[in-house]
Amino acid sequence: MTVDAVIVGSGPGGSTVADVLTAAGWTVTIVEKGRNHLLDPDDLTRPAHDFSNDEIKFHNRYFLGPDPLIEPRTFRTDEGDGDHSFVGEVNSVPSTVGGGGTHADGKVPRFMPDDFRLHSLLGPQPEADVADWPVTYDELEPYYAEVETAVGVAGTDGANPFAGPRSGPFPMQSGAAMYGATLSTAAAERLGYHPYPAPTAVNSVPYDGRPACNNCGFCAYFGCPIHAKGDPVAMLRRAMATGRAELLPETFVSRVHIDGRRSSGVDVVGPDGAERFIAARHVVLAAGAMETPRLLLLSGLDHPVIGRYLMTHFQTIVAGSLPFRTHAERGRAVTHVHDDMIVGDAASRAAAAEAGLPWIRGGMVEHSGAALPILEAKIYPWGSAHPDLMADSPIRARLWAFIMQGEDLPYAHNRLDLDPSIRDARGFPVARITYRPGRHELAACHHFGPRLADILTEMGAEWTAVTSSPGIGNASSPEAVPESRHNMGTVRMGADPATSAVDPTGRLHGLDNVFVADSSVFVTASGYGPTLTLAALASRAAHLMAGTKPVSAHPG
Amino acid sequence: MTRRGGSAPTWLSDDEFATLSAACDCMIPASEKGPGAVAAGVPHYIDGLLGAFTVEPPRIWAGGPTSGRMGGEAAFVRFHKLTALDELAWRMRIEGSLGLPEREFNGPVTGWQERYRRGLTALGEDFAGAGLDEQAVRLRSDQEFATLLYQHVCEGMYGAPEYGGNRDGVAWRAIGFAGDTQPRGWTDAEVTNP
Repeated sequence: MTVDAVIVGSGPGGSTVADVLTAAGWTVTIVEKGRNHLLDPDDLTRPAHDFSNDEIKFHNRYFLGPDPLIEPRTFRTDEGDGDHSFVGEVNSVPSTVGGGGTHADGKVPRFMPDDFRLHSLLGPQPEADVADWPVTYDELEPYYAEVETAVGVAGTDGANPFAGPRSGPFPMQSGAAMYGATLSTAAAERLGYHPYPAPTAVNSVPYDGRPACNNCGFCAYFGCPIHAKGDPVAMLRRAMATGRAELLPETFVSRVHIDGRRSSGVDVVGPDGAERFIAARHVVLAAGAMETPRLLLLSGLDHPVIGRYLMTHFQTIVAGSLPFRTHAERGRAVTHVHDDMIVGDAASRAAAAEAGLPWIRGGMVEHSGAALPILEAKIYPWGSAHPDLMADSPIRARLWAFIMQGEDLPYAHNRLDLDPSIRDARGFPVARITYRPGRHELAACHHFGPRLADILTEMGAEWTAVTSSPGIGNASSPEAVPESRHNMGTVRMGADPATSAVDPTGRLHGLDNVFVADSSVFVTASGYGPTLTLAALASRAAHLMAGTKPVSAHPG
Repeated sequence: MTRRGGSAPTWLSDDEFATLSAACDCMIPASEKGPGAVAAGVPHYIDGLLGAFTVEPPRIWAGGPTSGRMGGEAAFVRFHKLTALDELAWRMRIEGSLGLPEREFNGPVTGWQERYRRGLTALGEDFAGAGLDEQAVRLRSDQEFATLLYQHVCEGMYGAPEYGGNRDGVAWRAIGFAGDTQPRGWTDAEVTNP
């Protein structure tokens, strides 16, 4: 049997493609290398009940995968480190049905219109290959609207003065503000910033057959026990309900078959280790910005751009301890953000000039706290002081923090290729990451970090501390591995086959029926989480494949 | 030996368990703020982890979606079954590669069982009877083992009780943490105006 499309990966990109294509009458097979904890195995149109408020399971034991013993990655900052300087967990997005949508805390901002034309607006950067996207915000807006409706995004219309124009309101209103956020947003406003309720794919009211969030507090890096998080369970359930989608969990795609300008399908390794071929009229790669280029390289596609321009947000983390409990254990993990550090001001322009750069851009700043006691306990020293520290809890119960998802510029030297010696448990070469931040990222962190600390001081913090991920300094330490899971780039989109790997529709240059539908096509990183934009691009690619148009009717 | 507040170990010997218990209490001692690691069941958490494969399903991932502490079904106690790859990963991590080719695709792996056996032995047969200061000195003499042990002590102290530690949620109460909250969660008012 030949399916209309085989989709590699079941995260937000693959799920969106499955939803659009099955609605258009296509048959699809969704191949996912991880386990299925998202959908009821006896009825794939219903959610499963495997997720829980369990720190050990989700933070310490790789329940959502990938397990770095079975599927490691390798890392180095540059060729001078040798083949690799670290083997293990590197920028791991969950390897499970639902992909990164399962562990995210559901913030799904759109990019700004300016994010798609940085080169035209701001000009080049000396060490990076900044380019305009071949897609504009206006072209993408109907697909943003469709995806927001599909997953159910809660937001507050008009609250963000820097947001791009919208064709319609948010599908539902924002949920309850976290207590700490009410204080940090007030402090930020007093200092002239513009915080607003974060658009989140977390139900504030019952929506699409799923309940409203009950604020359990186990959000970031946890699956949602009640499936109030809509991304991507909503799209997968709808695709399965058509009867035209097949889901193959625990199945690894090892090769895309290419013959001339076409692919005939993919080789897979099933849960029992048996290999087989899936014939398909179209192949859609949606395995994320690490696994999609890895698969292309495993398949012998070695366009010089594939793997290049790896981006991940450079995180500036600013924490402070308050003289009272901030109750970050209650609510959606992050309910408020501000974008002023993306837009910049006279001071940031002066900081850029001082650093010898034409411009710097920060990122969306998340107002958040800390909620997990194991994580806290491991930071404190052991011994007689431990019980008092845990009870006083300066870095959990009394902590408030900002995380700036700093824009990471596209550098050709930041790349992914196949490690020459390390294998996964199935015997295939793993992805090797070569990454180091550039002057832009360091200058932005250096400039914006102290300003974020000022907000915490205004809020009443007893002390503040500024750190970053990756850490600044020792390139050979494990801290050189970025904590961010916002992986982007590596299969760049563009009109010119010499400088990009996929065309403006998401189709691989030179191949008629192979598409990429994840954040690997991103041209620049912006300062926003990639999920909504990658899903909107996936929706657009799928509609162009099927010859259909986006819809944003409220599912009720 | 004494085995305060718990059943016999499933994987460690009684002597090893006694040494482990003393080391756990050295890392998180009892105080006026709450119980120490032994009273909270941390040694049983670690023994259960090292012996995870002595029961079926192995004690790796507690079930979902609720524990029953805030309503709902007591489903945490139904541990998830492992796939073949899950089992390979966790046997490698706990047992080590043991010279088995299917576990050494990237070279030999020393498992937690061996690291605990070696680490506890190095602390000395008289460790449990030594003074706190002496215990701390011996623990610090092997930073690699102390780091591994402390990771597990923290998990056993402040993790879900279904894994064998944090007995009846005693450590959560000591630090003012509510633990798992589903299916109740928090009301909007409790979130915004606690």
